[in-house]
Amino acid sequence: MPLESPRRVLLAKPGLDGHDRGVKVVAMALRDAGFDVIYLGLRQTPESIMSAADQEDVDAIGVSILSGVHVDICERLIELRREHQREDMPIFVGGTIPDNDEKVLRGLGVAEVFPVGTDIEDVVARVRTILDVREVTP
Amino acid sequence: MTRAESLTTESGIEVQPLYTAADLPADLEERLGEPGHPPFTRGPYEGMYRERLWSMRQYSGFGSADETNERYRFLLSQGQTALSVAFDLPTQLGMDSNNPLAAMEVGRVGVAIDSASDMERLFRDLPLDQLSVNFTINATAPILLAFYIVAAERQGVAMGSLAGTLQNDILKEFLARKTFIFPPDPSVRLACDVVEYCSRELPRFNPISITGYHAREAGCSAIQELAFTFADAIAYCDELVGRGIDFDSFAPRLSFHFASQMDFFEEIAKVRAARRMWHHLATQRYRAKKEASARLRFFSGCSGATLTAQQPLNNIIRSTLQCLAAVLGGAQSIHVMGFDEALEIPTKESATLALRTQQIIALESGVTRTADPLGGSYFLESLTDGIQAEAQELLAKIQDLGGSVRLIQDGVMQKWIAENAYRESQGLASGELPRVGVNVYVEEESVEPGALFQTDPESAERQRASLSAHIAQRDSVAVEASLRDVGASLDFQTNVMPSLIAAARAGATVGEISDVMRARFGEYREPVPW
Repeated sequence: MPLESPRRVLLAKPGLDGHDRGVKVVAMALRDAGFDVIYLGLRQTPESIMSAADQEDVDAIGVSILSGVHVDICERLIELRREHQREDMPIFVGGTIPDNDEKVLRGLGVAEVFPVGTDIEDVVARVRTILDVREVTP
Repeated sequence: MTRAESLTTESGIEVQPLYTAADLPADLEERLGEPGHPPFTRGPYEGMYRERLWSMRQYSGFGSADETNERYRFLLSQGQTALSVAFDLPTQLGMDSNNPLAAMEVGRVGVAIDSASDMERLFRDLPLDQLSVNFTINATAPILLAFYIVAAERQGVAMGSLAGTLQNDILKEFLARKTFIFPPDPSVRLACDVVEYCSRELPRFNPISITGYHAREAGCSAIQELAFTFADAIAYCDELVGRGIDFDSFAPRLSFHFASQMDFFEEIAKVRAARRMWHHLATQRYRAKKEASARLRFFSGCSGATLTAQQPLNNIIRSTLQCLAAVLGGAQSIHVMGFDEALEIPTKESATLALRTQQIIALESGVTRTADPLGGSYFLESLTDGIQAEAQELLAKIQDLGGSVRLIQDGVMQKWIAENAYRESQGLASGELPRVGVNVYVEEESVEPGALFQTDPESAERQRASLSAHIAQRDSVAVEASLRDVGASLDFQTNVMPSLIAAARAGATVGEISDVMRARFGEYREPVPW
């Protein structure tokens, strides 16, 4: 489905974890749904992600973490977002994330949390919602 | 009339409504052989589990060496028969625990090992001449093996009597899992140094476990899993044979590692096809003279990718089926996942339950009473032939395109894996691929699996303190000299293992030694497909 105007989403894997199946699937699904997707790749830091987000002028950031350090990384990412005065830019997170941590992440200001096993169409729909993107009906 | 569910296997092989004797090839006897005899389709050993059960090898490690040592002693006390070390990501990526880039991940997904002294503490009171230990380590495998050799030495155990397996399959790290550090070519060289050294000095040790497991878990099909595994095997064997080393001097100690996922018969057929394919490669491509060089032995890892965060207790059933498929496929060692691993690393309770799953299959189900109990099944033999034919075709294509190192550098195999993973996600989203609790029989109320593993927040700090103490008490002049020797060995292209063992003895750390390698080889950045 085409979108009103393509939205730019930055995807990255922060930390040392290399399990990139999920982030690649999300990248392909968002691309097929009409988003502009920039995938930064592995071993990124919150700093490198935020600076790429500035350079690429993206509308949202998605990070994928399967080593369990999602809370630490998101704390730093949200802090940097504030420093960069980009509170309008939603951040979403995927990975091995237990229910309790999902609440913690949302409390920090993470817009969406996608634990492993989340339906890929559901991921796309929820990214659309946080970016307030409507599908164009022909 | 048929029900709506898929009538092909997961890797796309069409399944007929019925199989009869007419589906078996005329040369079935030759294709099968007896268990323990070429081409080893029916298993690597004559008596199989009548003679010896598989090794029950639960992957575990977390926090510091002391905490993990306690878990190992617990698992052994519960009847586990071999150990399998999970290292943390900094150790796998050649970073010391005090490296700022590693700060959040020390001891998180595995145990932090900075030096031979940590390795010594990891195996405290565990006699290394009587244990078989598996190490899931790749880019830093030569260094961690050196630490292990020194830890054994300090127990009074000579390296020649060490048994176990070093994963040391760096090529698959470029495909999936991604704990590479250096570019593919020097990485293959280091891996082969280990194989060459072990074939002389550690005759009971498997110096490499060539694996398709991780690519499979990252999304490729069973057919791709076989083709990728053997493409990687060819890369290592060609390098070793190219050094002038006799194939028969190292091939009997090569081991393999495959996944066991949900398509029950396909998983069994896959590993039977794997044994036949390796026999073919060893005898045809490498002209193996020893029978053992063509006998494929493998470790079966049950699947994490098929486990679900939704209704997590269902994962116990999934793991049981996967473990049973591994047993019916004739695995030499098996790991069963904890049912909570879609959420966290396993608790003591879920790790014990995973071990009990293996024990119940081994002792209560009766499937171990005869070798290859499914051999000769019309359906299974047809499927084995079908998978082998397709995997061989893909392997030939990979070789025609330049082999696995080339295709990895170009990102081709990575792309195939991602595309297959995407198709699977679409199948799950559409419901075409059913998964109970995820897209069928969904429950609105989520049931948490009970207590999850809790990381000890002090553990990383203790590890950093212990590293500081280690650095303070060692002879820094001797460490510097030993690191120069490692560099010289790399520069002169001699086998790196003797200098690594000397550096481990002197107290050099995994980060220091990796830095010597980084200075020569550089760090690899993978091609990003988008």
